[in-house]
Amino acid sequence: MYLADRSSTPGGVNTASVRTRGLIPKVAPIVFALGAVSLITDISSEMVTAVLPLYLVTRLGFSPLGFGTLDGVYNGVSALVQLAGGHLSDRVRNHKLIAGFGYGLSALCKPLLLLASGLGSLGTVLALERTGKGLRTAPRDAMISLSTPRENQGRAFGVHRAMDTTGAMLGPLAAFLILRATVDGYDAVFGVSACVAALGVLVLVLFVPGKPRGTQAAEGGAEGDADGGEAADRRPVRVREALALLRLPRLRALAGCAALLGLTTVSDAFVYLLLQRRGGIGEQWFPLLPLGTAAVFLLLAVPVGALADRVGRRGVFLAGHGGLLIGYALLLWAPATPALPYLVLALHGTFYAATDGVLPAAVADIVPEELRASGLAIVGTGQALARFCCSLAFGAAWTVWGDGRALAGSAVGLLCCAAVAGVVLRPTGGHR
Amino acid sequence: MTPLRRLLILVTAVLLLAGLGTGVVLHAASRAARENQPQAGGPSVSAGKVTLKQTGRLAFLNAASGPHRAALASVPAADPAAGRTASSLKCQRFYAAAGTGICLQSVPGVLKQSNRALLLDANLHTLRSFPLAGTPSRARVSPSGNFVTWTVFVSGESYSSAFFSTRTSILDTRTMRLTPSLETYSVLLDGKPYHASDINFWGVTFAADDDTFYATLSTSNRTYLVRGSLSRRTVTTLVQNVECPSLSPDGKRIAFKKRTLPGAALWHEYVLDLSTLHATPLAEQHSVDDQATWLDDHTIAYARPSDGKVGSSDLWSVPADGSGSPHLLISGATSPAPL
Repeated sequence: MYLADRSSTPGGVNTASVRTRGLIPKVAPIVFALGAVSLITDISSEMVTAVLPLYLVTRLGFSPLGFGTLDGVYNGVSALVQLAGGHLSDRVRNHKLIAGFGYGLSALCKPLLLLASGLGSLGTVLALERTGKGLRTAPRDAMISLSTPRENQGRAFGVHRAMDTTGAMLGPLAAFLILRATVDGYDAVFGVSACVAALGVLVLVLFVPGKPRGTQAAEGGAEGDADGGEAADRRPVRVREALALLRLPRLRALAGCAALLGLTTVSDAFVYLLLQRRGGIGEQWFPLLPLGTAAVFLLLAVPVGALADRVGRRGVFLAGHGGLLIGYALLLWAPATPALPYLVLALHGTFYAATDGVLPAAVADIVPEELRASGLAIVGTGQALARFCCSLAFGAAWTVWGDGRALAGSAVGLLCCAAVAGVVLRPTGGHR
Repeated sequence: MTPLRRLLILVTAVLLLAGLGTGVVLHAASRAARENQPQAGGPSVSAGKVTLKQTGRLAFLNAASGPHRAALASVPAADPAAGRTASSLKCQRFYAAAGTGICLQSVPGVLKQSNRALLLDANLHTLRSFPLAGTPSRARVSPSGNFVTWTVFVSGESYSSAFFSTRTSILDTRTMRLTPSLETYSVLLDGKPYHASDINFWGVTFAADDDTFYATLSTSNRTYLVRGSLSRRTVTTLVQNVECPSLSPDGKRIAFKKRTLPGAALWHEYVLDLSTLHATPLAEQHSVDDQATWLDDHTIAYARPSDGKVGSSDLWSVPADGSGSPHLLISGATSPAPL
């Protein structure tokens, strides 16, 4: 196993030998397997996401305005379910089981979309779909985290996020190909999406090894603050122990800073709206703006993740928010140049590359192995809920002050939060 | 399990799922092909010349199965059950007045739906084409033909959250000056200036004076009827819970849909007297999700989903004073516009 010689290998020697081996040997096969599962599952779910508004309006005759509100609530629920999924998978000591349950639940929802014709039934199906997404996130990240040596965490998460984003970009392509071939064949889109989702679950079942850590918990106990040992290996993890994670000063600092920065991270939808309004982009390009962010994220996820392994994850995490801050500043300044949308989207994508996989990679340094999924869920949920609050606050600020001043307020807030986080997360000797 | 066996299972599953997926797509494609064949018992539709100056005729979008599905067609207003004359122009939403027409089209592109608005002259020639930000929803032409408006649904899906809004544009056809979004107009809500990020407009209807218009404004989960001025670029709220207003030819009343249950897609059609702000429910008991059209000062027409057929609708008419009962006007049709 990778982890066996981790503590005895001097950092310098290890880095030098690893550098000569290229990309592939540094990333465990399970990361590629999980990346493939995410890629396939994202094709499936983004196929649905891309056509759902059209389906609602042109086929079911809904006004989609009320639906946007519901969507925010679902994301809040999904964040809370993530906590449950993380803790549950630590408790049963089987991350694959819980992740598989999450993937399976989402896959089952795809054919159900065909049967749902009312707002109530459709809302229920979508809520179940999000529940599946919430359940699987923490155990999946824990499997990546536990299969990768500490010094390569950033790269491993980068590989996973790049594969995940590839799926997200292929999904809409597939959906519109089917729509063109079938003339409004939404049922065909949902049907194919269900087949793709089933394939994703199958790849997980076949190619992701269950209980990858086996008997390693005793060895792993050395790095954790919670005392491991033989007895702890068989005893189920209790809620109390997961909550005790919050007493770890370094996890508290990381989770706190992630939430603090999340409070001033304006949601994607608002960023695109601001870009469209202040950047003077033709309205027909609006649906393509998220693709710009995704493309940059996809290209930079691996190199930035590897960079984070070398220069320090918390530094890169903060630098990513610095990039976002420059993006806000550009939007506020709004120079009349055709390069503005490209610059802002590039910075937005860089922000994702420097934060989305780097944050869970940083958690690996801090949380003992038997509580890894719980720890990942605590940090992830804190960040997601903070961003949700930011969306509500930003909408309210826009209402009262207008878009420019609301954005200026967020930028100042982000600067302050980044300064605080910079002090709290400053490198301490021996740890990155 | 050996790696070989895993691989075999995977290959088998991929073949099975690919077969299933292909079957689903082929089934949908053959159904689409069937919809382009005329059905027994369907209305008679023949290709012919449709112009916007044919007074006494009613224009609409033909939704009956056959080669002329989605085509702009017309029938005599006095005999709407007569054979339909269909043009070669296909639209998703249409309206016309005073020889000016607006046609909103939507075709699937590579990565997104590709939508555009066509401004038409009386002979259905395209004068100008405008790219649209989203899925076509509503369209209107002012009684003079000098102003045209359309509403689209915009959806920018992002990483984890779908995001919806409407965008309403107004075009001055004399100068071709386009106001891309009504959201640039200043808003007076209950008499006070109002700003919000969640303001949405939809369903504009024009008065005969080429300045006054009415529309729906939505903010904080409430909808309002607003009266606007094109020259002053302002709107003022009048009453709550009014969607998709449609001004009567005499300019005194507004037909609109009122949400009957918060959060549910259920509406009842009403007529509002603008001098008293008194609303009268119409005799239609089904939910109406359309911007109604006045056929004359006493009758309105609207599309209603066909019973038991998803994605298909018929045109109905009902007296505008709350009396009588709804009548089937044209089956398999949308977007009525009296010429």
